[in-house]
Amino acid sequence: MFDERSPIYFQIADAIKNDILSGELEAEDQVMSTNQYAAHFRINPATAAKGFQQLVDEGIIYKRRGVGMFVSPDARAKLLEQRRQRFFAEVVEPMVAEAHVIGIPLEQIVDRINALNGKEDA
Amino acid sequence: MTLGIDVQGLTVRFGDVTAVDDLSVRLAGGKIYGLLGRNGSGKTTLMSAIAAFLQADRGRVLVDGEQPYENPAVTEQICLVRDSGDLADQDSARAALKRAAKFRPNWDAEFAERLIELFRVPTRRGVARMSRGQRSALGVTVGLASRAPVTMLDESYFGMDAPSRYAFYDVLLEDYIEHPRTIVISTHLIEEVTRLFEEVVIIDQGRLVAHDETEALRMRGAAVTGAVSAVEAFTDGMTVLAERRLGGTKSVTVFGAMGAEQRARASEFDVELEPVALQDLFVHLTKEAPR
Repeated sequence: MFDERSPIYFQIADAIKNDILSGELEAEDQVMSTNQYAAHFRINPATAAKGFQQLVDEGIIYKRRGVGMFVSPDARAKLLEQRRQRFFAEVVEPMVAEAHVIGIPLEQIVDRINALNGKEDA
Repeated sequence: MTLGIDVQGLTVRFGDVTAVDDLSVRLAGGKIYGLLGRNGSGKTTLMSAIAAFLQADRGRVLVDGEQPYENPAVTEQICLVRDSGDLADQDSARAALKRAAKFRPNWDAEFAERLIELFRVPTRRGVARMSRGQRSALGVTVGLASRAPVTMLDESYFGMDAPSRYAFYDVLLEDYIEHPRTIVISTHLIEEVTRLFEEVVIIDQGRLVAHDETEALRMRGAAVTGAVSAVEAFTDGMTVLAERRLGGTKSVTVFGAMGAEQRARASEFDVELEPVALQDLFVHLTKEAPR
C-alpha cells in the first residue's frame, strides 16, 4: 500500500483523498480514527496522525470533538479544484516541453486533441 | 506514563574496547524509538547503561531526570529484554512469568497469557530446551506484559519466525496505543519495522550518527542520477555517501535535506532525485571500517 517515494503521512493523506474523489468516502462520512488506521496498516500512530492533520489543515476533513473525524461537505469540490490546477502543471506543461524537445508542432497536438474529442462526442 | 531518557556524554569501556564513546542523545519519551546499528556498534551497551545493568565510565544517563544506577525506584520503571531473553536455563515459561509478576509493578498477567498463546510458547518446557524462536517469544512476552514506562527490546524478537514477528508488531502497536510508554527497539530487520518507529537513532562505533523522526530521516537521503557531469555539478559540496557509475550515467547517494529548492535545481541540472530506503541510508551511514 505504501512505498518509499514520499513520507508515509503524505501517502496516507493521498489515499484518503483518493477515497473521497472516487466516492468511496462521501461528505459527512466518518473516517477511520488515526489509531485504527495505524493498527490496520502497521504504522506508528504519530505518523498516521500527521497524515490526518494535513487533511484537517487543508479543510478536507474536520474534527468533531469526542466523536471523530468526518469528511468536509466541500471536500470533493476542493480536491477536484486541486487536481485541475495540478493537471496543467503536471500533465500539460511537461507535455508541451517534451513536444518542443522532440520537434512536434503544437498545432499537431491541438489537432490530435480535437480528433480525440470528436471521437468522444460521437 | 512517559519517561524521557537523557544520555549525556556516555562512555563505557570493556578493557581497552570503548563500546560507547562520548554519546549524547535525548529521547523525549512516550514514543516508539528504533535503535539501529551494526553488530558491535554499542546498541546493547547503550541499552544496558540506560537499564543500569552496567555503570558508565564517563558521562551519565538520566531517566525521568534521575540516574538509574543503583536506584531501584527508577530501575523498576525500566524493562530491558536482551536478545538472550535473560532467562535462567532451567526456568520454564511459567517460572519466568511468575518472577516477572513479582518484580514488575505494572505486570498484566492476563496480557501475558494472551501473548504466550499468541506466540505458542510452551509453558512447561525448560528454557534451555526451547527453540530460539520460542525463547525470543518468551522474552517479548515478558517485555510487553511488564508495561514498564521504559521498555527496551534488544533484538528480542530476532529469533521469531515471520508470522510471529508480524503478530508481535500488531500486538505492540495495539498495546502502545492503549498504554502509551517509551519503547526502544533495536533491530537488524529495518525494512520490516521502520513504520512502527516514530523516531530513529542510528549509532556506529559507539557514537551517534543520526537521530530524527523516521520520515524526516528517510527524506534526508536521496539518490541523484543523470549524466556524469550533471550529477557531479549538482552534488558538488554535498555529503556523498555512495557513488556508482555505469557508462556515461552516474548515481550518487547524498545525505542532506532535499526540499523544493533542491528539486527545482535538480530539474535545472537535468538529474533525477529519488528517495532512498532507510535500510540503504543505514548501510551507507554505517559502512566505515571499524577503527
